[in-house]
Parts: sequence; C-alpha cells; structure tokens
Amino acid sequence: MLNGTHNKEVLIDADKVTIKFGGLTAVSEFTNKIVSGELVGLIGPNGAGKTTLFNMLTGVYKPTSGVIKFCGTDTLKFKPYELSQKGISRTFQNIRLFKELSVLDNIRIAAHQHTSYSMVESLFKSPRMRREENKIKDMAFDLLKIFKLQERAYEEAGSLPYGQQRRLEILRALATEPKIMMLDEPAAGMNHSETHELMETIHKIRDQFKVTILLIEHDMKLVMGICERILVLDHGVLICEGDAKTVQKNPEVIKAYLGASYEEIIC
Amino acid sequence: MDFLFNEYILSMIVYCGVNIILAVSLNLVNGFTGQFSIGHAGFMAIGAYLSAYLGMNFHTPFILNTILGGLASAAAGYAVGLPSLRLKGDYLAIVTLGFGEIIRVVLLNIDAVGGARGMYGIPKDGGFFWTYGWAVATIFIISQLMRSTHGRAFLAVREDEIAAEAMGINTTKYKVRAFVISSFFAGIAGALFAHYLCYLNPSSFGFMKSIDVVVMVVLGGMGSITGSVIAACIITLLPEALRPLQEITKIDFRMVIYSLTLIILMLTRPKGLFGNLELSDLWKKYVKRHS
Ligand SMILES: Nc1ncnc2c1ncn2[C@@H]1O[C@H](COP(=O)(O)OP(=O)(O)OP(=O)(O)O)[C@@H](O)[C@H]1O
Ligand SMILES: [Mg+2]
Repeated sequence: MLNGTHNKEVLIDADKVTIKFGGLTAVSEFTNKIVSGELVGLIGPNGAGKTTLFNMLTGVYKPTSGVIKFCGTDTLKFKPYELSQKGISRTFQNIRLFKELSVLDNIRIAAHQHTSYSMVESLFKSPRMRREENKIKDMAFDLLKIFKLQERAYEEAGSLPYGQQRRLEILRALATEPKIMMLDEPAAGMNHSETHELMETIHKIRDQFKVTILLIEHDMKLVMGICERILVLDHGVLICEGDAKTVQKNPEVIKAYLGASYEEIIC
Repeated sequence: MDFLFNEYILSMIVYCGVNIILAVSLNLVNGFTGQFSIGHAGFMAIGAYLSAYLGMNFHTPFILNTILGGLASAAAGYAVGLPSLRLKGDYLAIVTLGFGEIIRVVLLNIDAVGGARGMYGIPKDGGFFWTYGWAVATIFIISQLMRSTHGRAFLAVREDEIAAEAMGINTTKYKVRAFVISSFFAGIAGALFAHYLCYLNPSSFGFMKSIDVVVMVVLGGMGSITGSVIAACIITLLPEALRPLQEITKIDFRMVIYSLTLIILMLTRPKGLFGNLELSDLWKKYVKRHS
C-alpha cells in the first residue's frame, strides 16, 4: 500500500462471501480486506458478479454464506439505509437519481441522515432547522462545484445529460459523508477524454474528502492509472489481486479477458 | 356566514372544505410518497364515528372530539400501515381497500352507533370556520413538511426506494409517517363532516368515497397541494351542478361524467391539472415571463 499500513483501519472485511441465485453462484467465496484511504479497482468481464458484490456490501442482497464486516461489525443484520448511515455509500450502474427532483434536492436528500430537526420543527422553521438547512445547502453547492453543476442546481436531475447524471450520482453518494464510496461503472457511456478527466477527479475526491473508494470498471485500462490495487473477478471468483502490473501479467486475467482483444487489456 | 349564503350553498362550501382536507392529506401518501392507498374513507369513518359518539354520549367539547377522532384514525393508520407498507406496490392498495370495507362492515354491525340505520342526533357543531380552519391547517402543515428534509425524504421514497435507502433514508419509517399523518387528517375531516351533517351512515364511507378522494388527487396532480384543493372543489361541486340534468333525464350521469373527465384528463394532461406544480411555482413562472 502506497500510504503505508500503519494506523490504517480495516473498513471492509469480507470472508468467503458467496451468493447463489438458484443454481447460479454469482459470487463465490470472495475474501478480501479494504483498508481506509485505499482506491481499489474491481474489474471483470460481463456477468462476473461485480455489481452483485456491491449489492452484498451495501446490504441490498444477503450473502448465501460468508461474513462481511464493516469497521469490525457484521453487516448482515443491517438494512441498506443503516449501512449508509454507518458510512457505506454507492452509485448505481443503471443510474438511480431522483429524476423528477432538482439537482440540489438530490444532494440534500443524501444529507438527510445528518439532520436532526424534527417534523414539528419544520412547521415553524426552528432556528435549528434554519441552521441545518443552510449548512446542507452550502455543502451541496460546494459539492456541485466539483463537477461545475452549481448552475444547474434547480433543474430536474432527469433533464441533465447522461454523463452529468453519472457525475451527480457520485456527488450524491459523497453527500452522505461516507467512509467508503462504491462506484459502479462511473465512466459508463463517457468518451475517452471524459473518462480520463473523471478518473482524475475521483482521485482528487479521494484525497480531498479522505474517503476510501471501491470502483467497478468494465474496462481494465481505465482503472490502471488511478487504482493502487485491483481486484479481478471472473465468474464470481476472485482470480487475481494486485497492482496494475501484476494484474496485467496474470495469465488467468488474460484468459478471462480473451473475449476482448489483447490490446484492450494491456494498452 | 349564514346571512351571506343560503343553507344549501353553505353546505356545499363546507363539503368542499371537508374534501380539501381529505384530498390534501391523501396526496401526502399517494402523491408525495408514491404509495397507493385507496382506503381513505375508512379513516374518515373512524374519525367521524368516534367524534360523533363522544359528542352524543359524553358531551365533550367539539375540538376535543375532533382531535380524538383524528388521533384514533392516525392509530388505525399506524396499525394498518406498519405491516403493509413493508410490502411493495399493489399490496398496499389491496390492504387499504380491504381495511376500508372492514370498517364499513363493522360499523354496520355496531348497534351503539346505529348500525345500518345510521347515527342520528349528533350535536351540530363546526361549520364553515372550523372546517376551513382545519383545511388551512392541513395545507399549512403538509406544505411546510414538504419544504423540509422530511418532505424530501417522502419524495425520495416516491422517486426511487432503493436509491433512497442507499442514501440513508429509512423508507419504511417515512411511508408509515406519511400514512399516519394522512390518516389523522382524514379522521379530522370525518369529525367535521359528522358534526356538520348531524347524521352518519356507514354507506357514506364506502369504496366509492375512497375512490372519490383518489380521483381528486389524481385529477389535481399527484404531488400538487394546489391541484388537490381545486380538484376537491370540482369533484364536490360537479355532481351538484349536474343534478338538474339528472332530474330531467332521470339518469345518474355523474359516473359517466366522472369517467369521461378522467379519461380526457389522462389523455390530455397525464400528470393531472397541476402536475407537481404549486400556485407559488405558477406565480414564479408568471413573474419570470412578464419581467
Ligand atoms: N437478482 C438476481 N437474480 C438472479 N440472478 C442474478 C441477480 N443479480 C445478478 N444475477 C446474475 O449474477 C451474475 C452476475 O451479475 P452482475 O450484475 O453482478 O455482473 P457484473 O459483473 O456487474 O456485470 P456487468 O459488467 O455486466 O455489470 C449474472 O449472471 C447475473 O445474471
Ligand atoms: Mg454490473
């Protein structure tokens, strides 16, 4: 690990995590630890089980067997919203913004878990409500500036172009003030230069917000640049783990990606 | 107000007010939170009967009866909502429909409240000022809520439950909250109705009454309080306006006109009269255009 391992907390500790859908084992005995401050890439061909793994880590699916710990506590008994409150945040492969709500409200909803004023207080706009609402709004605009979305704050989220929706989803995940943020193909649908820029920004976000990031990317070369550690999943099995060089050279990885052209893997 | 209007017109205005409370409160569940409840008349009945019973037998003050009626409905909302709101989609519609029918049938069989004969001699109370006081309170409370983080939580549940959960919103809790608040005001509306009419009959709270309220919400626009208010008035007054037609032709045209209005509306304005816009939004648009 680049930043040294001392005083690093283990955030995610997955032990032999397996999930079966009927006869299909979507993820098989996945074992790994993610330490705070890391930027980890999760790659693998179509249907490898990447999204399914995300869904288990965020509490949407319960593993058939195995244990997932977050900051030392078993996550199995928690609902997704509880895990979000504990510090696991995510984006979705098939964008799930609150489409008919404004860009600003999308962010503010993510900050809901940090508000403390009651429903009764909202009737007469208590000082606490004003204070918290002002804080949320400032925070939201600060976040929106990361992707220059502040001018579109009052537009419907669904009216943004596709790429901007993906970026907004990242900001929304960030607004929950997570310890770890899981991004499911954040660059999907973007062209090469857009993708490159996005990856740079994600790197910056990690440093600025001191957030750990686990990033799914279909395309291996995209993650090579920014991820210190890469996990390769194939048919639900973690076939390889290491830095870009190690992963690139691994024969199993090359075999898993054989469907794609050789250049696509190494370039 | 009596010197301003004749009795009939006044009663129409009061029923508009009662329906405004019903429509605006149901909009919290069906419009803002995106759940589909079709049992609002059941909650209205609980408030109506409890308030009337208390007024007749214990001569407790009207305001107390109203609030107790509302609270009883809210409690029923909690009892019905907690288990059923964990389920997705259509289940809630089925459960609320069943609930409404159960309430009606139970009331039909309780002699203490008159059973099928109905309940006579309820102390006359409320009227214009009380009804519109409560209508304003309902509108105020729900619109203030919608301007808070709690309101945004309701909307998040409607927009995408999975995303809402991922953002840390306890979706079950917010669905139940919406349901309880909504039931409370339905109970209040029932109490106002009971003491204004001075007579109750279970048949007033049948499935058709629930559908009436749903129609108001859909017609006005899911998620528009302004729309609910206006649609509540239209749906209250339209059958009355059509009454002469019915008397001449001896045919009940109301259902035909209902259905036609809805079909035409859904074809021309699928999001209801107001969509999710409020009067204030329209005003802002107007100002923008003319400045
Ligand atoms: N809810 C489910 N029920 C049944 N099968 C499922 C379910 N979710 C995922 N699967 C299956 O599990 C396997 C892994 O799917 P997953 O979506 O995790 O792949 P992925 O690695 O994210 O692929 P992609 O790159 O296409 O997004 C697939 O075969 C998929 O069909
Ligand atoms: Mg996927």
